[in-house]
Amino acid sequence: MSKEEKKEQIMQTALSLFAKQGFYSTTIADIAREMGMSVGNMYNYFPSKESLAKELLIYTSKKFGDEIRKINEMDISSKEKIKKIVELYFKKAVEEPELVDYFMRVYLSNKEIFNNGCEGMLCVSAFVTEIMIFFEEGVRKKELKNQDFFAAFGLFMGYIGGLAFLNRENILGKPLEEYIEPVSENIYNALKA
Amino acid sequence: MLLKPKIIWIDAVGCNGCSHSFFNKPEISSFFENFELLYHPLLYTEDLKIQECDVLIVEGALKANFSRLGYDLNSLITELFLKAEKIIALGTCAVYGGIFGNGLMFEKEQKGKFYKCRDKIINIPGCPIHPEWLSYVLDMIRLDRYIPLDEFNRPLEIFTYTSHMGCTRNEYFEWKIDAENFGTKEGCLFYYQGCQGPFTHSSCNKILWNEVNSKPRAGTPCFGCTEASFPKKNLFKTETFMGIPANIPLGVSKRAYLTLSGIAKSLINDRLNKKLIECKNENNKKNN
Repeated sequence: MSKEEKKEQIMQTALSLFAKQGFYSTTIADIAREMGMSVGNMYNYFPSKESLAKELLIYTSKKFGDEIRKINEMDISSKEKIKKIVELYFKKAVEEPELVDYFMRVYLSNKEIFNNGCEGMLCVSAFVTEIMIFFEEGVRKKELKNQDFFAAFGLFMGYIGGLAFLNRENILGKPLEEYIEPVSENIYNALKA
Repeated sequence: MLLKPKIIWIDAVGCNGCSHSFFNKPEISSFFENFELLYHPLLYTEDLKIQECDVLIVEGALKANFSRLGYDLNSLITELFLKAEKIIALGTCAVYGGIFGNGLMFEKEQKGKFYKCRDKIINIPGCPIHPEWLSYVLDMIRLDRYIPLDEFNRPLEIFTYTSHMGCTRNEYFEWKIDAENFGTKEGCLFYYQGCQGPFTHSSCNKILWNEVNSKPRAGTPCFGCTEASFPKKNLFKTETFMGIPANIPLGVSKRAYLTLSGIAKSLINDRLNKKLIECKNENNKKNN
């Protein structure tokens, strides 16, 4: 196994532990134990827990960004793209709930961990850039309304993030997949030209 | 080429701004030493005769059914065109139509009336042209030197640059810090104030105007006056789609540009976020 593959494996393990126990209650020793590695060897891959948390953010942002990029490159309308993005997000939320948990419970709730090296867009740029491209092209094609980027971004991401969160809390009355259609419709109605 | 190439300078539909720009050049006397001006609409020359010349300079746009010096304008230019060795389309109106009508070789970006004769044409757009640009082309013709041109027949020596190159605000561009008002020394004019410098071909920040300044240096956005799209509307406002500039710097993909600029904006540059004069040495020490 290459060093990069091993790093990915460690990140996957850390992801589930961080998501389950939170960043502060998880130690490098916990991650090492779960991996069947020595603590000393762990430090060959990540110099600190903070650096692991940051790389994890870059890694997940890139993975998610790559998926959205594929949608951006499809020859379909903005309306259809919205549905594809919602579908992608909800699918991830169901299949890899630790991803959403990590983002909400670790990244958004413990910004102090990310203050040094992950400010602003630094670690989430792969994902945010694709959303920018989606919006920009939608407006250019006159399918979406020209408005402030963050007004649109907050509406889109806040909405689907919120639904994924409610799903994780077992508050939704129906499976998350059943919300794809109405949520996409609402987002489109709010953003359309 | 002759010792003193003969020039006919004809004014089509325009404002004579390019003439004013050129003849206000401090070293203009060398032009008269090196060239023979057979006709110019504003200077004391003989009346226009349709005759052979080495260089025909057309300033201003073509227009159908427009009378000039007792001729139909477009027919007059066609006749002069046929008798000239080289033609310089001078200013954005002559090159692409600009403000007033149709260009010689182009109508905006489409092929124009004289496109087929493009081998004879050198385009010098600008509103107005910089005097050095015309001087360069005339001297190259006089010395019988080859002038490399771009796809719009613009001399590469001038128009391979963007007006962004050499701008004194480039540091602010790098860090995505915009000027909040016009006329300030600090801040970039690209993000909100309409500056078209990063995608406009010209050497305005390399060969300065009146030897001292350029629009962006003085705090006014570049209007993109050397391009076929000139004049756009809302010259003092950057066109954006969902907050993202509709036109991005040349040579990069939108994805690459957005990634780079998002990262630059995330890294706050303390020094450039305040008035430069307020920057003290402590900042420099801290950075070390």
